[in-house]
Amino acid sequence: MLKKFIIKRLLTLPLILFILSGLIFSLVAFLSPYERLAVFIPDPEVYAQAPVEELVILYGLDEAIHIQYLNWLKNVFLGDLGWSPSARMPVSRALSSRFPATVELMLLGQLVIFFGGIAIGTYTAKNHNKLGDHFFRFMTTLGIAFPGFVVGLLLLVIFYSWLGWFPPGRLSPWAMDVVGSLEFQRYTGMNTLDGILNGRFDVFLNSLRHMILPAFAYSLSTLAATIRLMRSSLLETLRKDYIYTARSKGLSEKVVVNKHARRNALLPVITFMGTSVPIMFGGAVIIETVFGYPGMGLFIVQAAHGLDFPAILGSALLVGVVIVFVNLVVDLLYRILDPTIRYD
Amino acid sequence: MVVLKKIIKNPMGFIGLTLVLFWVIIAIFAPLLAPPGDVRDPYMIKRAGYSSLPQPPSSEAPMGLSGGGYDIYYGIIWGSRTAFRIGLIVVLISGLIGTLVGGVSAYIGGLMDEIVMRIVDLFMSFPFLIGVIIMTVVLGKGLNIVILALIIFGWRGYARVIRSEVLSVKERDYVTAAKALGLSRRRILIKHVFPNSIFPIFVLASLNIGRMVLLASSLSFIGVGSEPGFADWGQMINFARPWLTGVVGDPFAFWFTYLYPSLAICSFILGWTLLGDTLRDVLDPQLKGT
Repeated sequence: MLKKFIIKRLLTLPLILFILSGLIFSLVAFLSPYERLAVFIPDPEVYAQAPVEELVILYGLDEAIHIQYLNWLKNVFLGDLGWSPSARMPVSRALSSRFPATVELMLLGQLVIFFGGIAIGTYTAKNHNKLGDHFFRFMTTLGIAFPGFVVGLLLLVIFYSWLGWFPPGRLSPWAMDVVGSLEFQRYTGMNTLDGILNGRFDVFLNSLRHMILPAFAYSLSTLAATIRLMRSSLLETLRKDYIYTARSKGLSEKVVVNKHARRNALLPVITFMGTSVPIMFGGAVIIETVFGYPGMGLFIVQAAHGLDFPAILGSALLVGVVIVFVNLVVDLLYRILDPTIRYD
Repeated sequence: MVVLKKIIKNPMGFIGLTLVLFWVIIAIFAPLLAPPGDVRDPYMIKRAGYSSLPQPPSSEAPMGLSGGGYDIYYGIIWGSRTAFRIGLIVVLISGLIGTLVGGVSAYIGGLMDEIVMRIVDLFMSFPFLIGVIIMTVVLGKGLNIVILALIIFGWRGYARVIRSEVLSVKERDYVTAAKALGLSRRRILIKHVFPNSIFPIFVLASLNIGRMVLLASSLSFIGVGSEPGFADWGQMINFARPWLTGVVGDPFAFWFTYLYPSLAICSFILGWTLLGDTLRDVLDPQLKGT
């Protein structure tokens, strides 16, 4: 049954991607042919070669919109997303350097959320209605209610300008020289991982130091929601019959909570973490702007300011595709973890 | 009335309600609290000069002036009206659309429901904030565009919630009884199904008023929201960004430029969040304490 489900999901994948790309491309219908041209042209030097009117014909922009869509899709498959005036480079090249930066930040944030959420959630459920529980309940309310940019700015004021512990940006100048040098291999584009793979732990540490504040600000609201979910899910599980059985067998409270209850309580938490990926992409936009961290989010904001349509379109497509795949993985994981679910 | 009494009894609910009422009063009496300089457009923040350096609080400007001479006190007071305008309009319209689409589709069921839910899924899977940024790029900047974009991406949550409610309510005995009595489908939907599945929508709506204001202020903060100079808390924090680091030797020299707008945003959203949480506990005792 599981195999059938996987095959079904994989077969619908191209359809979903087709609809998604169509929706994103439909945005260019709002643009004039001249603005639309930028989405198709890979290099600004092309503009110098011929008058704009000829270029419009050359790139087929006077044809029906579905033909234009197919042309665009062909370019996308060839890795050509147009030229980004705000980044002054092809969109695909800008994305290939920006995307790993955001993924790196998200991974660090997800680690904080996963372990922090489970640990604090378990703690509050174990101390239900005691002082610690009330404290974290209050803190999670604040975490959900306070906007990420306010928290981020607060952290920046305290830890950057007052205490001087953490710097903004992505790397210190000396580390940037190291990363930019020829002997430094870019395996993943993520500075932390590449630092380890190249044996440069100073680069790894420097990169981590730049990421701690944004990763914290960025994961705060999702962390708060995860704590709440873990707490209520564990509380519910602890009321189940098999927990009474485990307790009456004389097992210690630690074994009951950690071995019997927590594993079952994790299910909704993992689903939630998966579905929170789109929200976190949104959060990246804000947090990267606050900390001047050069990832996808800052790229999108800069593109929005410069009305840089190729960059916006390319970023939207990349984010959409990534989320479609993340959703697929979360769905599979959910079905593997929960044996009671139906496959229809 | 019973609900209100229960909210007041709960300490969290009481704080939430107090914060919300505080901002309601400020928004209502804004013209008295901060008389507008330009009567034709009171939402443009009053300016006292054009000095680029922020000025600390004084008797003229109780919360100081941000860079560009913008009166922070004036912006906070009139910003409350902006916040309510965004929160109420977006939640009202998107709640209505979501409830209608989700409710009707769940009640009819079948292929129609399948198609509608796939559309909701598609909207759900795309990052809200990035979607709104793209909309503002295509449609242009300004508060109304932000409101429109928030509505376009905001109805999906309501559709999901009402759908699961309607699916469970329509199997209940009293609906079957109404069908047996020969009532029309529309009448059953309006008279029996909707009134019994609407409560979670109220909870979601009160939580969402805070969330929508949060999103709108985030957009203004990154500079794709309201037009420059508009009384909007997010934008006021954006004004404060160059002054965050203070001056050499005094990192908190310009504390007033970011502290007051931050307090305004946080207390506003906190109020609605606490109110929504309490409302959920009161309306659904099963969830109490979770």
